[in-house]
Amino acid sequence: MMGAEFVQLSLTPILIGTLSAIACALPGNFLILRRQALIGDAISHVVLPGIVVAFLVTGSLASLPMLAGAAGAALVAVFLIETIRRLGRIEPGAAMGVVFTSMFAGGVLLLEQSDTSGVHLDVEHALMGNLESLIWFDATGWASLLDPAAVAGLPPELPRIALVAAAITVLMLVFWRPLKLSTFDEGFAATLGLPVRLIGLALVAVSAVAAVAAFDAVGSIIVIAMFICPPAAARLMTERLEHQVAWSVLFATLAAVLGYVLAGYGPLWFGSPNAVSAAGMIATVSGAILAIACIAAPHRRRIGQPAG
Amino acid sequence: MSTSLSVLADALLLQGGYNAALVAIGAALLGIAAGAGGTFLFLRKRALVSDAIAHATLPGVGLAFLAMVAFGLDGRSLIGLIAGSALSAAAGLFAVEWITRRTRLAEDTAIGAVLSVFFGFGIVLLTVIQTQSQGRQAGLEGFLLGSTAGMLFQDAVVIAVGGVLAIAALVALRRPMTMVAFDPGFAAATGVNTGRVDMAMMMLVLAVTVTGLKIVGLVLIVALLIIPAVAARLWSERTDRVILAAGAIGGVSGYLGAAISAAAPGLPTGPIIVLVSFALFLGSLLFAPQRGVLAAAIRHRSFQLRLHRRQGLLSLARSEPIFDPLTLRVLQREGLIRTDRVATEDGRAAAARALRDERRFEIAREIHRDDPFAHRYDGLTPIEDVMTPDEIAEIDRLVNRPLSVGAPA
Repeated sequence: MMGAEFVQLSLTPILIGTLSAIACALPGNFLILRRQALIGDAISHVVLPGIVVAFLVTGSLASLPMLAGAAGAALVAVFLIETIRRLGRIEPGAAMGVVFTSMFAGGVLLLEQSDTSGVHLDVEHALMGNLESLIWFDATGWASLLDPAAVAGLPPELPRIALVAAAITVLMLVFWRPLKLSTFDEGFAATLGLPVRLIGLALVAVSAVAAVAAFDAVGSIIVIAMFICPPAAARLMTERLEHQVAWSVLFATLAAVLGYVLAGYGPLWFGSPNAVSAAGMIATVSGAILAIACIAAPHRRRIGQPAG
Repeated sequence: MSTSLSVLADALLLQGGYNAALVAIGAALLGIAAGAGGTFLFLRKRALVSDAIAHATLPGVGLAFLAMVAFGLDGRSLIGLIAGSALSAAAGLFAVEWITRRTRLAEDTAIGAVLSVFFGFGIVLLTVIQTQSQGRQAGLEGFLLGSTAGMLFQDAVVIAVGGVLAIAALVALRRPMTMVAFDPGFAAATGVNTGRVDMAMMMLVLAVTVTGLKIVGLVLIVALLIIPAVAARLWSERTDRVILAAGAIGGVSGYLGAAISAAAPGLPTGPIIVLVSFALFLGSLLFAPQRGVLAAAIRHRSFQLRLHRRQGLLSLARSEPIFDPLTLRVLQREGLIRTDRVATEDGRAAAARALRDERRFEIAREIHRDDPFAHRYDGLTPIEDVMTPDEIAEIDRLVNRPLSVGAPA
């Protein structure tokens, strides 16, 4: 199980899954503290029409056009939500619901109408991803990691998501103090002269980048689950934000690795030769972690809430 | 193209065959129930809970299929799948409530977690079913985005009956649900069990969701609960009318969407229905009488014209030159000034009245300085509209010096 076959078939999907999970979980920590947990849900719906339009315009699934399309769609969504909220004087939650469902519906219809049979782009892929297919053809064993020719044959999703995860980590470390301050006490942060609105927008933008990069590789289920479940479980483990972020990274990694292994090898233990959806299993495992945290984590209750 | 148009026309007129007609009617009934039921959810500000409920149906669909196959039944029986999805949706709803009540996590976090985890688990089950021999033709993917192509007669009947039952429950529960939606405290004080009414509302939403799974699909059914309610809210400030309008918008969306889908069998039905309702929403946003964009633009324009007329008349009265093109146009159109910008007879009279009213308003504001309604003396409304003749006479006594027009003050 740990030999050449593992490196070729499972190493890259596990790495991509783990990096996607971490890239989503990091901004997720701040989103759930800011009561914006459903932004991840909205983003992962809105991204679809953007990616489809980018594909129809450029005819390729290269990462830059995809990212540009998704960013464009996110901007359109923000503009639409603002417009509807202002013009119709409708509460933001409902305006968001109207916009993201409609844009997703538009994306699905566009996708079904256009000829995408030649490439790996369809609705099921958008929902479930294709983690299992991101294999490393050129690998012959662990030694391939040191072989430049084989490394060049890594699936392009891996360097992409690694870059995004690294960028998000660096951004979070650099802007740690303003981010933390404006998350916990926006008014105080504003009196210190911090640009709180800009910080909020930047957080959403970073989340969108994480969602697009992960969406491409693993589908929208993992994106939504990883934005919310690991940070939520981590929130129940500790009172300190630093520890919470560390826990969330641990939970995200655990969910991705365990989920992938269970999806790939679990059915074998039940005597079935067919693997199940890795994306779905990763989401399920993250849910199991959250459930355990809800029942047993040390800081699961609100302060002042009676035990029992 | 012309054939698909004629198929669309047939479907719209219920001429596309018995099945297609029944599907369209079922979709319309479902849309009415979803629109009207969603209104309560929207007013209670819990619209997104229904998204968690909808996504939580998927494991139930998968498990029900596996269970029915294990017992040697037809795994595709819609009643069985609906029963299974209702159970797992109830589990999802319970999980959201439990997490919100018993842990420190907020409701939106609970919604997102339940939504993604149940959906992920459902996808796992779907891949299990796909690899089984009977599962290849199961067509459970249709539950994701909705499909009416090849729908069985009894399935259409199930959906239509479900829609009728949901509408009946709505009619029966509308009064307590309205009270709880607006003022839970008052409702509780008058003896309404708000917890039970809330539970009934969520059960109703759950029933609409599982009934609509086959047509709209679980990813998008939340749209059919939210969009008609939001659109209807633009049309009226009265609850009963909002509910009726939401039901109408939902019904039309379902009906039109199912008909269009009959003309384009390759496309999933859910997105079509959602886009039809979004189009109706956009129409409402533009054309609604009070809150619509068009109405607001007309209101703004008429205010602008009144303001320019008023300022122009005051300038005339004070013999000040007028340069603003819009002011000149307004005054000329009413024949208050000539094309060489000199006031006509009418213009001088109107200017004198404007100046007199301006003085009266000044005094009125002086008198009613601490009056909360002082903002009514805005100088634009004719003074006769905001004050009684007695008050005006009283003010006129304070305007002691005669006003002259055209001479320097």
